[in-house]
Amino acid sequence: MEYLKKYPKLFQWLFLLVVFFALCFAIDVPETYKFIRGQAEFVKDPNQSVYFFLGKEVRYYAFDVFWRLPPLLGWLPIWINDSLFFLMNEWMPMEFWNEDTQEFKTRPILLQISRNLTAFMTFLIELIREILLGGLETIVAFTSWDFIDAYPWLELPGLPWTIVAAGAAILSYKLSGKGLALFAGLTMIYISIFGQWKPSMQTLSFILVAAPLSFIFGLGLGIAAYKSKRVEKALYPILLVMQTMPQYAVLVPALVLFGVGDHAAVIITMVVAVPPMILLTILGLRAIPPEVIEAGRMSGCTNWQLMLKVLIPTARRDILIGVNQVIMVCFSMAVISAFIGAKGLGFNLLLALNQLNIGLALEAGLCISLIAILLDKMSLAWANKQTDYFGNLTFFQRNKNVIFFAASFVIGIILAYVGTFIFKGSFNYLFEIPHNKGISTADFWNKGVDWIFDTFFVYIKAFNTWLIQDVLQPMRALYLRMPAVATLVLAVGAGYLIGGIRSALVVAALTLFIALSPWWDRALVTLYMATFGVVISCLIGFTVGTLCFQNKKSAAFMLGVCDIFQTFPSFVYLIPVMMLFGITDTSVLIAVIVYATIPATRYTIEGLRSVPVGLHEAATMSGVNKFQRLTKIEFPLAFPHMMLGLNQTIVFALFMVIIGAFIGTEDLGQYILKALSDKNGAGIGLTLGICVAFIGLIFDNLIRTWVEKRKKHLGIA
Amino acid sequence: MSETVIKCESVYKIFGENAKKMLEESNGNVDAKTFQEKGCIVGVNNASFEVAKGEMLVVMGLSGSGKSTLLRCISRLTDATGGKIFIEGQDLLELNNKELIELRRSKMGMVFQSFALLPHKTVVENIAFPLQIKGTKTEESINRAMEMVKLVGLDGRENYFPRELSGGQQQRVGIARSLAVEPDIWFLDEPFSALDPLIRKEMQDEFLRLQEKLQKTIMFITHDFDEALKLADRIAIMKDGIIEQLDTPANIVLNPATEYVRKFTEEVPREKVLVIEDVMDTSSNDNLGDLKVSKDEIIENVAEKILTQEKIVAVVDSENNIVGSIKPSKIIDTVFGGRKNGS
Repeated sequence: MEYLKKYPKLFQWLFLLVVFFALCFAIDVPETYKFIRGQAEFVKDPNQSVYFFLGKEVRYYAFDVFWRLPPLLGWLPIWINDSLFFLMNEWMPMEFWNEDTQEFKTRPILLQISRNLTAFMTFLIELIREILLGGLETIVAFTSWDFIDAYPWLELPGLPWTIVAAGAAILSYKLSGKGLALFAGLTMIYISIFGQWKPSMQTLSFILVAAPLSFIFGLGLGIAAYKSKRVEKALYPILLVMQTMPQYAVLVPALVLFGVGDHAAVIITMVVAVPPMILLTILGLRAIPPEVIEAGRMSGCTNWQLMLKVLIPTARRDILIGVNQVIMVCFSMAVISAFIGAKGLGFNLLLALNQLNIGLALEAGLCISLIAILLDKMSLAWANKQTDYFGNLTFFQRNKNVIFFAASFVIGIILAYVGTFIFKGSFNYLFEIPHNKGISTADFWNKGVDWIFDTFFVYIKAFNTWLIQDVLQPMRALYLRMPAVATLVLAVGAGYLIGGIRSALVVAALTLFIALSPWWDRALVTLYMATFGVVISCLIGFTVGTLCFQNKKSAAFMLGVCDIFQTFPSFVYLIPVMMLFGITDTSVLIAVIVYATIPATRYTIEGLRSVPVGLHEAATMSGVNKFQRLTKIEFPLAFPHMMLGLNQTIVFALFMVIIGAFIGTEDLGQYILKALSDKNGAGIGLTLGICVAFIGLIFDNLIRTWVEKRKKHLGIA
Repeated sequence: MSETVIKCESVYKIFGENAKKMLEESNGNVDAKTFQEKGCIVGVNNASFEVAKGEMLVVMGLSGSGKSTLLRCISRLTDATGGKIFIEGQDLLELNNKELIELRRSKMGMVFQSFALLPHKTVVENIAFPLQIKGTKTEESINRAMEMVKLVGLDGRENYFPRELSGGQQQRVGIARSLAVEPDIWFLDEPFSALDPLIRKEMQDEFLRLQEKLQKTIMFITHDFDEALKLADRIAIMKDGIIEQLDTPANIVLNPATEYVRKFTEEVPREKVLVIEDVMDTSSNDNLGDLKVSKDEIIENVAEKILTQEKIVAVVDSENNIVGSIKPSKIIDTVFGGRKNGS
């Protein structure tokens, strides 16, 4: 009884677990139950039950309500789908002037908007693409195809790769200095020599449209939300869901709305990249000390000046993290949107992965990662740039970067021209090194992979078999063995114990949505993979973080490593694991673990770092040794921040599990992938995405509530 | 008295949703407690005063007394709930946004407790900021800013970022920035409160030096009574949004209007605050000794001389005319008499 009074929470948790397990044992597996690919399949089967709702027919496998809830939300994807089609093809038809046929045409308004938006995006992408690679679409856009036919010489010639490389290096030098310039130059030369020029520039042109647009929209909406409570309230739930929604899931609706191609990819990238930008903008603006704003006002700023010259620069730190996120998401999407027909490195990467050509995939992946890192560093340097007012510079000194660029421009063109003589009849290597004509190390890597396979096959196979048979499959079976009611009780109970009625209700609503959707079984599989990944990631991340924290230099080094790894597009992580483990669940899980370890490590180091120095000293003076200090002081104080890391780890893990569907797993991701090629896929894709997002949000809600309470308790809120 | 620059007529600032309506209903009789019960917080309660050109008014009060709120009403960083404020005869509350910005750009400068420097700009850029906002050319504004850098003694540090400076240096930047546009009116909101005592004293002396040179009209906010005494031409003491007393330092020390004010004055070393004129006897007296002291001398500086005299000491003005007299015993009375509890 005394213990009960001393640790009431502990006993409440124990009680919850007892109820959970009691339910698990009390409810038997129904005899007819087998792992169902989807509770409601769209193929007909005599064993299925049927219900009608909103005129939609939903077929499903009926079980005892305690075991699996009936898919009462089964109509939702179908309904979303029909609504989308209705909106696009029938809603509000209006007369629009058609330039090509020179007559008015009746079209639904959304379709027209979508077409216009599409045309605009396509124009932007083509413009940049043709500056880099040459072409005639841009000129056509201003004139007509007939015009081009009349003057066939009229086309943008494209820049020789030498000029782009020199330009990148000079820009980097101006922004940051020699180090970055060298990196930029080498990156460009690498890309060119290895024959990745064309796809790289295609990807780059996509990024150069998507990233700035996402930045502008994100910043704009962030400011609007900062200024108006109402806007913020309207945006917040969308932002929350988008944060945990797997990027895959938004592809399908985009397909319906905007069709296939780079333009759709840009729009969908914006949809994914804008929310974090908004959140970070709001965060940054909120953190500005009120006196700084007053100082701006007293300096006589107009509202615009206040925003542009005081608020945004002062909130720069958070906004920059936002930019970093935007770039990260853009590169991630550059790969993923290859599924809906975006050209460039992503397409090559997917193709190579599909053909199991690990060497090629590795090269493409490396190119993407290098460009990502380069752009990230350049944007950072740009924001931190300082003006020098006092240097008494000559004309040459002031304009040396422009002069150098002009010089390299001329030299580049001369070189390209000379090239036409040197490489007569073959490719002009000084203009552009064509795809697959550069040096390729693909064979080397492929042989390496073969060698690894031949040499270590026995061990890898043994490990693989052990992991799958003795760990993963039992775990998966356990998860699937959970009756729906028991899971609900566990989730809601946890919500109640952590955050009271409010949390319990939120968690209940989110869980119910998934339970009533047709994909409960798959959600469980997703959850099991994510759990496995998260547990291992946290073990590694917390350990590595703690070890690195012991030394300032290694901590800084580790954070730098995390930064770089975070810049890699998520798909890149699949390459090395496929090299080693082939197409198995093991591969996916290892990719999940590697990817999700990043936030775990980062937050551990940051959390430990944020422990005040005064406490360290107080602890040292109390005579604790290093280990005691770690366990008694640093961990308890850093723990809330580390839990936020856990939150991020879960989101990262979920993302990767979903992407892992590309390799072939039986979770929600596989269905999202399938929805891509389904004409009714939009609703399914979106609903599945929401399911994944809700899994993330359940944990997000629980962890955040706990962290806030804990921080308040510790007085470090 | 020279021309009035700042004039407040029963200014109220009440925070809360129905503040304006409640104020109208109360007919100017604002009681903080009844307002608080209805969810409103009274920041400034019926403040009326004038500040003359070149005068330094120090507003003194403990935290929560409404002194910063009063300053923000006068700089219109917040809108007063009721009353009128005139800046050089212009009705501040009637100005539209454009006129207000123009007023701030040309006439007002403000220094903040936490310095409020822009973290992304260097010292010289911070100082040039108000000029650039106004649309001054870059070169001109930088040159002007460099003059200000020299004025506040930060030469050689112009390319530092705020984070690289000490607190005192940062506040020098804040002061330089507020002076860059050559404002007539200078608001200082606890400018030295965040500094440690030695630096604070140094900055106060520096501030007096600057004011001697510039002769601005100043509203200075502080919670430090000693600082108020040291700097002020006149002091306004605030409590719960009400100005308890507004007078010269000497009068406040000699004749505290309320019990609250008296508590502050108790510990004040009077000999350091008062000048001879404050305590002299103005009635004519024939029985004067040979010693003459100036009426503007601080008592501390001449106390020893006067106390060694047996006769009454003559007090003279700057033209050496006798304007009054002082008995040695009056000095003793002044120094020890005011301290009721005899510390």
